[in-house]
Amino acid sequence: MQIFICPFCGPRDEREFHFEREAGKIRPDTTKLVSDIGWSDYLNEQRNTKGAVREVWSHLPCHELFVMERNSLTMDVIYSTSRRGPVT
Amino acid sequence: MTSYRIDHGGLIDRTRPLVFTFDGRSYTGFDGDTLASALLANGVRIMGRSFKYHRPRGPWSAWVDDPNAIMNVKLNGREFPNCAATTTYLEDGMAARSVNAFPSAQFDVKGGLDLMHRWLTAGFYYKTFMWPNWHLFEPVIRKMAGLGEISRDVFEDYVSDQVHDCCDTLVIGGGGTGLAAAREAVETGENVILVDDQKTVGGGLFRTGLIEGQAAADWVEAQVAAIESGGGRVMRATTAFGIHDHKLVGLAEHGKFGCPPRLWRLRPGRIILASGALDRPITFANNDRPGVMSLDGACEFLARYGVLVGRNIATLSNNSGAESSARTLEQAGANVVTLDPTAGHACAIGGKRLRGVELNGAFHYADTILCSGGQTPLVHLWRHAGGKLDWNDDLQAFVPGKAPEGMIAVGSANGFFDLQHALDDARAVGADTARPNKKSSYKLTPLWPKPGSKGRQWIDFQHDVTIKDVELAARENYVSVEHLKRYTTLGMASDQGKTSNMSGLAAMAAVLDRPIPEVGTTTFRPPFVPQPLALYAGQRKATLFSPLKRLKLEPEHRAADAALVEYGGWLRPGWFGSGDPTEHIFNEVQLVRETAGIFDASPLGKIEILGPDAEAFVNFAFYNTIATLKPGHVRYGFLLNERGIVMDDGVVARLGDNRFVISCSSGHVDHVRDHLEVWRQDCNDPERIFVHDTTQHWSTVTVTGPRARDILEKIDTRIELAADAFPHMTVREGTFDGAPIRVARVSFTGELSFEVSIRNTYATALWNALLKSGASIGAGPVGSEAMMILRAEKGYIIVGKDTDGLTMPHDLGFTVPRLKKKAAFIGDRSLHMQVGNETDRRALVGLEVDTGSAMLSTGAHIVADGSKPRTLGYVTSSYDSPTLKRPIALGLLEQGAERIGEKITVWHLGKTVTATVCPPCFYDPEGVHLDA
Ligand SMILES: [Zn+2]
Repeated sequence: MQIFICPFCGPRDEREFHFEREAGKIRPDTTKLVSDIGWSDYLNEQRNTKGAVREVWSHLPCHELFVMERNSLTMDVIYSTSRRGPVT
Repeated sequence: MTSYRIDHGGLIDRTRPLVFTFDGRSYTGFDGDTLASALLANGVRIMGRSFKYHRPRGPWSAWVDDPNAIMNVKLNGREFPNCAATTTYLEDGMAARSVNAFPSAQFDVKGGLDLMHRWLTAGFYYKTFMWPNWHLFEPVIRKMAGLGEISRDVFEDYVSDQVHDCCDTLVIGGGGTGLAAAREAVETGENVILVDDQKTVGGGLFRTGLIEGQAAADWVEAQVAAIESGGGRVMRATTAFGIHDHKLVGLAEHGKFGCPPRLWRLRPGRIILASGALDRPITFANNDRPGVMSLDGACEFLARYGVLVGRNIATLSNNSGAESSARTLEQAGANVVTLDPTAGHACAIGGKRLRGVELNGAFHYADTILCSGGQTPLVHLWRHAGGKLDWNDDLQAFVPGKAPEGMIAVGSANGFFDLQHALDDARAVGADTARPNKKSSYKLTPLWPKPGSKGRQWIDFQHDVTIKDVELAARENYVSVEHLKRYTTLGMASDQGKTSNMSGLAAMAAVLDRPIPEVGTTTFRPPFVPQPLALYAGQRKATLFSPLKRLKLEPEHRAADAALVEYGGWLRPGWFGSGDPTEHIFNEVQLVRETAGIFDASPLGKIEILGPDAEAFVNFAFYNTIATLKPGHVRYGFLLNERGIVMDDGVVARLGDNRFVISCSSGHVDHVRDHLEVWRQDCNDPERIFVHDTTQHWSTVTVTGPRARDILEKIDTRIELAADAFPHMTVREGTFDGAPIRVARVSFTGELSFEVSIRNTYATALWNALLKSGASIGAGPVGSEAMMILRAEKGYIIVGKDTDGLTMPHDLGFTVPRLKKKAAFIGDRSLHMQVGNETDRRALVGLEVDTGSAMLSTGAHIVADGSKPRTLGYVTSSYDSPTLKRPIALGLLEQGAERIGEKITVWHLGKTVTATVCPPCFYDPEGVHLDA
């Protein structure tokens, strides 16, 4: 069982986390024309990289989303970063 | 009797005899015995029948590597299958049954199957899929398959405890090197845990002579004392069964027979693997006969249990370790002849009773053949952790190569078979100092299965795989080890190939004429030995898995004789009153239609969305346009997922410019909150939107029925209740007893309704006030069952019951936002993909049965008539309507909207009835009652 790092709560058991999506995907602007293929890619196409991956996860107890970089082959967790910018 | 108990030695307590039975016959063993050692002590050698050919089988070895002696064991009225006789400690009153044998292992009526072996080769099972017809063989194969029988009783209390722990150093294996390494680690001040799967630590030490000048038992005791006095922990009868991601070690701590093992999830800083090595079998003709055993195993039976496995023993060994073993057995009273199997062809002679061994044509009398084909390091856990293996040509074995992070192997697990060398090395590892470099004196002549040689030679005893099966697999081009494994099922039995994998891949290497390391190994996966699923489940079930949510008003409901039932995780009144529920439910429906009912709707979602971007966010989250909703108003709508599928429905109340409350379905609140939270943070500025779930902080009491207003009027809410001042689909804020309340005019029954929400602290007072007010006009409390009928009469859906994983909002008649909504919303584009545009989508319909017919069954299929029946949809909700005095039903039906008025066929459990498709609303379709 893996240990993931919540940027807010620190290292926690993987069962407390929920995978949301691969990072870097942008929702098409649906007020404009979006092709079937374009939408289907957004919904279904995953890079599913072997090796270093960037993903969006949520930590269920504190409910914060964050980006985690990890290695899908070695299962090493490389780093977690908050998605929050500085509060102004 | 061939095997027997000698009059001294062993770790058993001879003052504590234990009585047990095997295949109905009674025997006596001692405390400390395993089932296998006790049976051998009684001269019983045949302990089971083989999986495929029903060949008689006895134990091959004395511990986890035995593939043969699998039993059903009953104790205190509970029977457990898959018990390995060699690892099941004997308890008084145990009743063991051999498996795959009837009436007993000694006399098995299916023994004749062995004569059919030509037709039961590898892939037999797969070939029946192709020809002549799998169904001819299926009943027979299903009956033959498996070892043992599972008890039909459910043991509710068979629940494992689970413990989380950590330490600096975990030592796996309590043999000589494990103890030595652990002691050193403790002495450097580390927090150390040593685990060993036997009750008595010491591993194979008891079968050797003096250790560093001490008797084995004394040496072991000294190490354990040093470890424990230094603060280390020694966990006995505890199996390290797997190493998982991020170095999580799974330990199963075993107690008495029939008790669930305890799971330890251990996170050590480092792991010292001292798991030892196994003596591997030699492949020769009839090498599966009872009495052909592992040499180490035989010595283990002698050392630990005082059992001599034979009187006239022939040893077949290719290595230098065998000589001292033979002398030990001789000293215990056996006649031993040592034979060299490396040059020539061997064959075991005899059937149930072994008569001898033939080697290169020469017959040697023996009642027992003990084999030692070289040591195979136990590298399972090493591989679980991702460690690499190297082929060691001198040892003819795979040994640990490149180490996984934080793990190191010592002793015979690392291929160090000289005890003193291994101890010195383990001490260096334990103390984390430089390891000594020494040359091994262990010598071995390669000896592997020889394809093409005579006789039936077993590779996998537990799954009945012979060398001919490996040859057949190679002929049929299953040459990769992973294919070989699956085609022949080699190594796939419950012993996971501990004895068979090396022989199997060596046989394949020989067939293909390639070196063993080129053929490679199959993947090692946890668990190292079988574990009950209860171990992994632990306490995580029922309410400990999903805690029941309780109503603030539960004491009031109990006092009112409510039948409390779980709905969507909440314990809620199903109806009020004892006795026949049907009558109560009917009465409650009528009460709402004629007077008014008072309903505890507290589980209804109350998710507040606040902040400057709240309007845009709610508008994006909902299928329906919310941006145009004015403060004080309420709108019904759907939440979709990004695939356009209806995830939930509910009403949105706008309390202010920047404040909304989403009342989603009671059972979906957690899911909806998580969904909104993810979208809030993932695609929006989380500083400008706040999602605040107040569901469990506020109670909601719904007053519903034609006289609802009369009830509410009698309590002071400071809200103008008249229809023109407070119309349907609006929301007002007021007070009750000084506390803020929120009243929404929304209806789930089709009647005039007020949903009154209040902080939990005031809920009891509000409930009692409304009940008191209602009582004066004959109104009273109603439960969830009545609400289910009331909403179905009105055609109001429950998402997840009247919709499924394919339902889009236009299937439910809500077509406008799909075509007209300008702003983006979750799932919008999916509604216009090909799937959303299909003309044969399933739509919500009502279903009417013929006059006098019974109600339809929920889940019944709506089928197309004709020669090729197919499902057009199904019944989602069905009730006897007290209001309409006839059955009503809702369903999802292909092209439902176009079929209104059509007769359709409904199929359920082989019976068909007809029904008529109608609009889904059965009661007050004009909505006169709603607007009252
Ligand atoms: Zn957190």
